[in-house]
Amino acid sequence: MPALAVTDLRKRYKRIEALRGVSLEVGEGELFGLLGPNGAGKSTLVKIACGLVRPTTGRAEIAGAPAGTPDAHRALGYLAELFRFPDWLSADELLGVHQQLAGSDGGFRERGELLELVGLAEAADRRVGEMSKGMQQRLGIAQAMIGAPRLLLLDEPTSALDPVGRRTVRRLLEELRSRGVAVLLNSHLLSEVELVCDRVAIIARGAVVAAGTPGELSRPGGVEVETASGTRVFAQATREEAPRIVRELVRAGEEVFGVRVLTSSLEDAYLEAVGES
Amino acid sequence: MVIARLGLQEAVRRRVFLVVAVLTVAYLVLYGLGTWQAFKSVETSGAGDLQGVEPDVLAGATLLGLNMFGTLFLGTILAVFLTLGAVRGDAERGLLQPLLVRPVSRREVLLARWAAASAVCAAYVIAVFLLAAVITWAAGGWWPDRVLEPAAEMAAAVAILCALSLAGSVVLSSTANGIAVFMVFGAGLVAGLLGQIGEALGSHTLQDVAEVASWVLPFEALYQGALGAITADTLGFTKLALDLGPFGGAQDFGPLLWPWALVYLVGVGAAAVAAFARRDL
Repeated sequence: MPALAVTDLRKRYKRIEALRGVSLEVGEGELFGLLGPNGAGKSTLVKIACGLVRPTTGRAEIAGAPAGTPDAHRALGYLAELFRFPDWLSADELLGVHQQLAGSDGGFRERGELLELVGLAEAADRRVGEMSKGMQQRLGIAQAMIGAPRLLLLDEPTSALDPVGRRTVRRLLEELRSRGVAVLLNSHLLSEVELVCDRVAIIARGAVVAAGTPGELSRPGGVEVETASGTRVFAQATREEAPRIVRELVRAGEEVFGVRVLTSSLEDAYLEAVGES
Repeated sequence: MVIARLGLQEAVRRRVFLVVAVLTVAYLVLYGLGTWQAFKSVETSGAGDLQGVEPDVLAGATLLGLNMFGTLFLGTILAVFLTLGAVRGDAERGLLQPLLVRPVSRREVLLARWAAASAVCAAYVIAVFLLAAVITWAAGGWWPDRVLEPAAEMAAAVAILCALSLAGSVVLSSTANGIAVFMVFGAGLVAGLLGQIGEALGSHTLQDVAEVASWVLPFEALYQGALGAITADTLGFTKLALDLGPFGGAQDFGPLLWPWALVYLVGVGAAAVAAFARRDL
């Protein structure tokens, strides 16, 4: 059973059609990246999965339970793009409140482990209001992980983090994958998604315009050969053709110093998919 | 329970209760001084010579009635500020979403917020009313004819105002909701005063308008019931004199008032739950 299954999901806000029949699945323990320009419908999709927004038509299921039901809520953890926690609570108290709401019996041990995992072990007694935005974002991730959910929905979880914080989150996501937790990562940071995600879907104007592994989405870009007479690019060539190209160049008297197989990056694939290339 | 406790905890941590307690003590001290002076004036001015009117009862009931107006107003302020941004305001600030993705229904969230706010406001108006009654008795020796009944009616009035404010918070922004609830509260009070004027002038139209308004806004009917209860056993010219004053002449809405208040509360709650269930966050 997939951690998240979305079938022909449509959402209309008065005149605006935010989602136009989106279907996708996130498997158990899979890290799934959701990419797309602003206003593409990514956050709406995530909010429908969380039960915060009602779909116009279509279905969203979390671990087999319809989105918005208590069973679905028990199986997921969520960090919104724009969130705020009561600033008068300490980090430990906040996690305690969410443990009670989630029905988690993890107690002090779970709270300590999660704070450790997001690098906030020293800030357990610090009030949310006294934390930087980056610390609050990491606390938000810890909060989403309360009760060991099967699916984590993270909407721009690294938007306020510095490079060190981003690396912490990246390691955390890899740790989650090793634990079998599925993650839907909604992010603008293509390099980050490319680094950690098993599969990616690109959404534009409310529809999935491309999907696959980062490798599948990246296209061959030719073969680049560095010779004594300069760098030569064989734009149509594939990786398999590289030895033949080198042999022919050597036979023709060229001195070859290096060969590089070119592929388009996820960024190229993204720009092409959303029609901005 | 967790959400209700969170609301109460917030009020404590943000020193809401401390500020309210300090200001209420100041208010009661002022009330005590005023009451003491008023009874002293009654004693020295020879008001006791008025035929058939018991000056202590007249002064005591009028002063406690004034206090009840003030107490209900303060209770309303508390009710509005504890609930005005409970749904839309908190959702706009991103505070609500992390709670709603937990296995807690939206109905439970609303109920918890209402229960917490109502408990605070009801306890507040009951405490201030009882303290004011004790102050009035200590200053002039007058004790209201009923104590528990008006206390319960004031508590029910603020519980209804909490429900209205909470329901408003589902559809209105915090500022608009606060303004709306205060205007509704003001409209209720004006309707009550109109009824009183109608009674003094013998205008049935004004009385009918006031009665309909009180049924539509039952916190006003409960407030009038509470005002009436403090002199429920007072008779004769004293009662007549009280009826002509600004805090007398309260209408008795009969035995249907409590069931109606309950139905009204459930109706407002159901409407709020239905609107909240349909709201995209």
